[in-house]
Amino acid sequence: MTAPLHDTGAAETAAVDVAAGVPAKAIEGRSPWRIAWIRLKRDKVALAGGVVVLLLILVAIFAPLIVSLLGHPPNDYHEDQIDALFGTPKGSWGGMNSDFLFGVEPVNGRDVFSRVVYGARVSLLVAFLSAVVAVLIGTVVGIVAGYFGGWVDAVISRIMDLLLAFPQLLFIIALVSVVPNSLWGLSGSGVRMAVLIAVIGFFGWPYVGRIVRGQTLSLREREYVEAARSLGAGRTYILFRELLPNLVAPITVYATLMIPTNVLTEAALSFLGAGVKPPTSSWGQMLSKAVTTYESDPTFMVIPGLAIFVTVLAFNLFGDGVRDALDPKGSR
Amino acid sequence: MFAYIVRRLFAVIVMLLVVTLVTFGIFFAIPKFTGTDPATLYVGKQADPATIEGIRQKLGLGDPILVQFWDFVHGIFAGRDYTGGGTSDHCPAPCFGYSFRTEQAIWPELMDRLPVTLSLAGGACVLWVLGGVATGVVSALKRGSLLDRTAMTAALSGVSLPIYFTGLVSLAIFHYWLNWTDGEYVDFADDPGGWFGGLILPWVTLAFLYAAMYARLTRATMLEILGEDYIRTARAKGLREPVVIGKHAMRSTMTPILTILGMDLGALVGGAILTESTFNLPGLGAAAVKAIGDRDLPLILGVTLITSAAVIIANLVVDLLYAVIDPRVRLS
Repeated sequence: MTAPLHDTGAAETAAVDVAAGVPAKAIEGRSPWRIAWIRLKRDKVALAGGVVVLLLILVAIFAPLIVSLLGHPPNDYHEDQIDALFGTPKGSWGGMNSDFLFGVEPVNGRDVFSRVVYGARVSLLVAFLSAVVAVLIGTVVGIVAGYFGGWVDAVISRIMDLLLAFPQLLFIIALVSVVPNSLWGLSGSGVRMAVLIAVIGFFGWPYVGRIVRGQTLSLREREYVEAARSLGAGRTYILFRELLPNLVAPITVYATLMIPTNVLTEAALSFLGAGVKPPTSSWGQMLSKAVTTYESDPTFMVIPGLAIFVTVLAFNLFGDGVRDALDPKGSR
Repeated sequence: MFAYIVRRLFAVIVMLLVVTLVTFGIFFAIPKFTGTDPATLYVGKQADPATIEGIRQKLGLGDPILVQFWDFVHGIFAGRDYTGGGTSDHCPAPCFGYSFRTEQAIWPELMDRLPVTLSLAGGACVLWVLGGVATGVVSALKRGSLLDRTAMTAALSGVSLPIYFTGLVSLAIFHYWLNWTDGEYVDFADDPGGWFGGLILPWVTLAFLYAAMYARLTRATMLEILGEDYIRTARAKGLREPVVIGKHAMRSTMTPILTILGMDLGALVGGAILTESTFNLPGLGAAAVKAIGDRDLPLILGVTLITSAAVIIANLVVDLLYAVIDPRVRLS
């Protein structure tokens, strides 16, 4: 995913074209974000990943519409599609046909297509929001640790070390499994999702915190920070107006690469039975059901697995592209 | 060097105490939160109040958390006597208490399961370090070639695939359809061949996931280092390419790999939860998942402590190894 590095020539010709073709705009300032966008647009693989990400988000948002057009309600049983003797779907490929696009679930015959589409909602919502939680906490704590140093830094760094030494998956399962059925004015699957977001986000912030702290440590010695300080700028101003804008690039990169990890974590938790509660569908949960049926109905195992794979891969490709595009060491 | 190790070991002990206290705190708070009494978990809900009270006395479940914590830590080093309800039991050091569910001592159970997890983690580690690092180095040296692109595409796919999916697929193919491998875990001492046969599939599946990560990391690091001045110097003074790569470049490449390896291996020792669940291996991770479902606090605490200890000690070993790999590192 280092395509932009080879594209030095193209970048220069593009710049020359602008200069030669449109003399009136010959001197055009380009912000780092604009440069990053231009580089990202040239990275075809990353763009493809981005398009898939966008499609997945649309699928998640319009899940009810898509399902009403192409599928059956996700919790409806279709016993007529099931071989009564073996509990397996009738027909080959897990009961795939024009009516049931991805086949049906073994035993109860629920529409796999609808369940995969609705699963995207859970997966993306949890992954996005937990990344937001992690980035918010990590940025604030990291910037404070890096800027103030001394005992503040020591305490925060030890806390981060401690959190990273915890067996996270164990703790998340433990915490999720003891949460009552209604909390914070939510009920049912809403509670589980809120808890998943909070807990995955909470265990994610030390990773962001470490990066932000490291960057802040080097940034706070720069001349412009000193200039701001000598002009009488307050701490809050320096932290959020001077330092934060320079941290946005690494934070963006980390956030985009954190989302696929969170997708995997959510799926893993659902696989272990600590995700959203049935009948709400999620990909990990479908895979955990497939553990008992993969011998007779491999299709039911492959489809949610592919859904996870495509989602995570798309985010990874896009995230790698964003990282390369924002890398100041790359060619401009 | 000696003073450094002593100081770090002291920090390790403090960290472990904090981890224990936090775990204790969380699981002490949970029964209050959900309204379940740990004593009833131990004897069952139908037991008469006198029995429950006896158990509570015997296990000290009615004491304040700090007293319980002290008893627990004290028991690890000095053993512990349980008296109450008319009976008395002695639990020799290291005493991690008795399971709430099976009433068995925790320490022997942990020691029973540790070899499984160690076999899994150790075997997979050898495979992924060899495979991942070799792929990464070759990719970096042949950058942009077909080989590099194929390897990196495979690696990106590898990091995007959840282990319980690849695990199920490999089980379906190699175990169920082709019948090449055994499904059961056998102790190495009982039957080395059976041990190997039962673990080969989990090893390869787990190693594939990690090899993908290590290949990506190795390639990126190697590329960065190949651009360094000292590599040019080494080439300029006429060293043969294998020496430049193998001796000069590899040394620096190993540093970040070692860092990650320490963390990964530490985390895996505490339980490759997902791998063990997928392949039905009776290791620590599987025990932990079961324990969480049962609210079996002593067992959860035991696994958490072993994991955290493994992570923290692995990090310490890595820090010491830095000095071996990179002579510029001075420990102080």
